[in-house]
Amino acid sequence: MSTQNKTKVIAEDGKQEMYITREFDAPRDIVFQAHADPDLLVQWLGPENRKMQIEKYDTHSGGAYRYFVCDNQDRPIAAFHGSLHEVTAPERIIQTFEFEGLPERGHVSLGITTFEALPGDRTKVTIHSIFRSTADRDATLRSGMEKGVNEGFQKLDAILASAAVARP
Amino acid sequence: MRRDVFQAISDPTRREIIQLIAHQPLNLNAIAENFQMSRPAISQHMKVLIECGLVSVDKKGRERHCEARLEKLSEVAQWVEQYQQAWQKKHDRLDKVLEKVKQKTKK
Repeated sequence: MSTQNKTKVIAEDGKQEMYITREFDAPRDIVFQAHADPDLLVQWLGPENRKMQIEKYDTHSGGAYRYFVCDNQDRPIAAFHGSLHEVTAPERIIQTFEFEGLPERGHVSLGITTFEALPGDRTKVTIHSIFRSTADRDATLRSGMEKGVNEGFQKLDAILASAAVARP
Repeated sequence: MRRDVFQAISDPTRREIIQLIAHQPLNLNAIAENFQMSRPAISQHMKVLIECGLVSVDKKGRERHCEARLEKLSEVAQWVEQYQQAWQKKHDRLDKVLEKVKQKTKK
């Protein structure tokens, strides 16, 4: 198994979209299956060290999904849901995505996942995510990385404090 | 209201201001001359940039020099980097899932 496959996130400053790309050492139909079959999805899609629980995942055009991320005692703590706009095996999945834990509803994003067959039974996956605003996108970029964010805010606090001192 | 780098750079005028003062500090008048909008509007953008830590102000007599704090911008890249690492971990798990499926289909 190759360890050279690197996940890339491209998120340009001030835009309300981002791209996630990755190559896999597996043929396209298998990579697609791992993105469509709930029994396989549950094994990798959740955050690290957290159990993912799927309520439903109807992977066909017009279907819907809802899943939970659990705490360390396997109790659901966060819910996510969306609609499957288009499922075209083995090349494309278009779906919406919404985190249910936000103070207001409607911060939905659109995800277009394409599966491209490469020579040597390899596959390139591109996820193009489009958000309602740059703020929504940036909130997603910040999510799930509490440690880094807190460190960032501590640095920011220090600079804000010095800026306040410098101001008349 | 939370002030962070993301908010600072989410506006095109603010991005232009940062570019403008990236190489040399300028006072508020000199900055405002580069834009069609009103002085108060520019002042408001400067206030956000200062509050977000992307611009610092150095008072020299009556002049107020605005200087870009470019080191703050690397935090955006840092957050992208962390998000990327989170996906890298998911995809590394997916590699293992794919390996299992490949073994099964061979049988």
